[in-house]
Amino acid sequence: MPEEAIFEDALERRQAAALGMWTFLATEVLLFGALFVAYALNYHLHADAFREAARRLEHLLAGANTAVLLSSSWTMAMAVHSAAAGRRRSLLAYLAATMLLGAAFLGVKAIEYRTEYEHGLFPGRFTWQGPAPARLFFNFYYALTGLHAAHVSAGLAALAWLWLSAFRARLDPRSVAAVENTGLYWHLVDMVWIFLYPMLYLMGRAP
Amino acid sequence: MKGPGPRVYAAVYAALMALLGVTMALSAVDLGPFGAAAAFSIAAFKAILVALYFMHLRYERGLLAVFASAGFVWLGVLALLAYCDYLTR
Amino acid sequence: MAEPTATSYLNAAYTARSWLLTLDHKRIALLYMVSITFFFFVGGAAAVLLRLELLSPQADLVVAETYNRLFTIHGVIMVFFFLIPAIPAVLGNFLVPLMIGAPDLAFPKLNLASWYIFMLGGSLCLVALLFGGVDTGWTFYTPFSSLYSNSNVMLTALGVFVAGFSSILTGLNFIVTIHTLRAPGMHWFRMPLFLWAIYATSLIMVLGTPVLATVLVLVALERGLGIGIFDPRLGGDPLLFQHLFWFYSHPAVYIMILPAMGVVSETITCFSRRRIFGYSFIAFASLAIALIGFLVWGHHMFVSGQSMYAGMVFSFLSFLVAVPSAIKVFNWTATLHKGRIRLSTPMLYALGFIGLFTLGGLTGVMLATLGLDVHMHDTYFVIAHFHYIMVGGAVMGYLGGVHFWWPKISGRLYSEWWGRLSALIIFIGFNLTFFPQFLLGYLGMPRRYHVYPPEFQVFNVFSTAGASILGVGYLLPLAYLLWSLRYGPRAEGNPWLASGLEWKTPCPPPVHNFDATPVVRHGAYAYGPDGELRDA
Repeated sequence: MPEEAIFEDALERRQAAALGMWTFLATEVLLFGALFVAYALNYHLHADAFREAARRLEHLLAGANTAVLLSSSWTMAMAVHSAAAGRRRSLLAYLAATMLLGAAFLGVKAIEYRTEYEHGLFPGRFTWQGPAPARLFFNFYYALTGLHAAHVSAGLAALAWLWLSAFRARLDPRSVAAVENTGLYWHLVDMVWIFLYPMLYLMGRAP
Repeated sequence: MKGPGPRVYAAVYAALMALLGVTMALSAVDLGPFGAAAAFSIAAFKAILVALYFMHLRYERGLLAVFASAGFVWLGVLALLAYCDYLTR
Repeated sequence: MAEPTATSYLNAAYTARSWLLTLDHKRIALLYMVSITFFFFVGGAAAVLLRLELLSPQADLVVAETYNRLFTIHGVIMVFFFLIPAIPAVLGNFLVPLMIGAPDLAFPKLNLASWYIFMLGGSLCLVALLFGGVDTGWTFYTPFSSLYSNSNVMLTALGVFVAGFSSILTGLNFIVTIHTLRAPGMHWFRMPLFLWAIYATSLIMVLGTPVLATVLVLVALERGLGIGIFDPRLGGDPLLFQHLFWFYSHPAVYIMILPAMGVVSETITCFSRRRIFGYSFIAFASLAIALIGFLVWGHHMFVSGQSMYAGMVFSFLSFLVAVPSAIKVFNWTATLHKGRIRLSTPMLYALGFIGLFTLGGLTGVMLATLGLDVHMHDTYFVIAHFHYIMVGGAVMGYLGGVHFWWPKISGRLYSEWWGRLSALIIFIGFNLTFFPQFLLGYLGMPRRYHVYPPEFQVFNVFSTAGASILGVGYLLPLAYLLWSLRYGPRAEGNPWLASGLEWKTPCPPPVHNFDATPVVRHGAYAYGPDGELRDA
């Protein structure tokens, strides 16, 4: 059944796509959220050890990274706006900016991981002699940021694909919808980090 | 095509960056048990800004807002009942 | 036998490519049907070996290690690769667009992708099986699964993880379809109750499965990369796994039962020639089951070390979830009352469902009672309880649905005589298999053990005997339904004179379902006072 024949008109198709995308985002909220809840419960059990472990993280670097990701969300919103207004050049520029910022985020993350590796805080090479639950904290840290980084990478791939399609062809309603939906995904990934940053990095800061 | 204009986006962006600064500064202050709550609240507020403006929820029909909140509500259920266990052990 | 002149979705194209790259929801439903039937017999083979071992109190067929792998693979395959997809992915895929008057689901490509993802997950589990399977139980409890088991945990967990995405995408597709593609006049409260059931099921699939995905990833991370969060030596809590696992896996059982209840609503009305009693009650009860079903998971953890107070909360909430189910049973019974009952095969399955589900559900309430559960947890009582619901309920619902819509799906009629006989054999075999297990459990026989005290043997022998009868009962439909594809009389439009948009299409329907978008002018179950169809 060709997809064009299923919906009455483009509006109906767009509404269905938006509904579908938000349903998918709800599943992502639960995916990350379950991990958050697991972390929160363990934080409740081992608050002191977790706070001490959190102090070993590079919170300033990650703070800068947060700014990078927030900026990429802004450029993504502008990209969606350009797509809807039919401004192809603008779209390409903002998409490129978003990709650059996203890649920068991953780069900084890699630097962080490397630093942690050098400080003996990496799984398999854990040499820091802290309280036992501190190791638990780091496991959550890697699981959460790792899962997030994987999602950022997938987002970058989607953005690259979008950029190529917009570069090669004209903008039509289908491609505008694709930009919109990718934007929704990207903002969700940003939202996850908005929660991740304070809950992981900033918990140990106060005396 | 719904959605606000570049001015609104820029304003929201500025607010998000400002709130980032606030949350980083606040974390150095000893707020006791309210520290985590404060950080979480600021994060939630930022998330709501992203959802309402960047993700256009403010300009879409109500059903989408229901779908958008469903994930968080369900997460709340998980957290609430799991905490029931952990808090009373 | 007149030769068909019309092109249906079955004969529109014959190439393998036209099947494997189809975007037609009806063909995708059949792809799923073949796959889940295959998985059913794989899981069933494991069950055969289990029951053979349990014929005698000693270990004579398999050693303990193997027995662990057998019940694990039985559970993993049956839960994730048969029960969860069965009705939604087969009957749901086939019927949802037809019942709402749409040409297809909202996202046909996603639908096909769902099937491929499902097959990928299933293949991974089969590969794990070939490498010796996994011995943790389908529940993968930590720290055994994350730290100590020497079996193929990661591969199996990966297979289940992948299959979970299939579930999520199917649920997403159904939700969007039901919201956006209903035909003009098909208001929410004019939909057949099967669609309410599928909608509620889809909510569970979408909201619950991601948490399973997370927890399986965590087990894999712990095993593969040493990123342990369930490790007690680090201060981790093995119980956290159980919380996260059951947050999905309890609602999962409602994924299995809700669609079957939807089938029952359709068949009960058709074969009593009456409108359903209390339509909106049943519709809301479906949503209530989906919602409350998410609040009760701790009843699997009463004796695990969970706090007693949490146990009390979960116990109370578990009592609550029985209420909407009971409402449905009352309403079905009221529908039957003074109806013109026809004991066709689908009706036999529906009646069997009502009885067996009620028994299974009541024993569930018994297990929800904290004090009783302390005695019966991890015994055969639990096994009997969930098999009554999953086999006596869900499987019979599935078979009833397959038989009911078989003329629509295949364009052929099966032999009613064989249909009724098989239904009876299944009913008898089922009860003989599982009723003794209630007694065994209550008397103290633990589950997942291949050896037991000799005084339990007589019940085990009854159970195995029943299983052999049940096996015959399952093979029969496979035989006569396949036979009907070639030799069965061709079905015309509405052989059961049933109400519903799907019956207004030819048997089998054309690729595009409806020549013109139907306009709906009345509610579901349009049966008149004399049982006649008033579906104009």
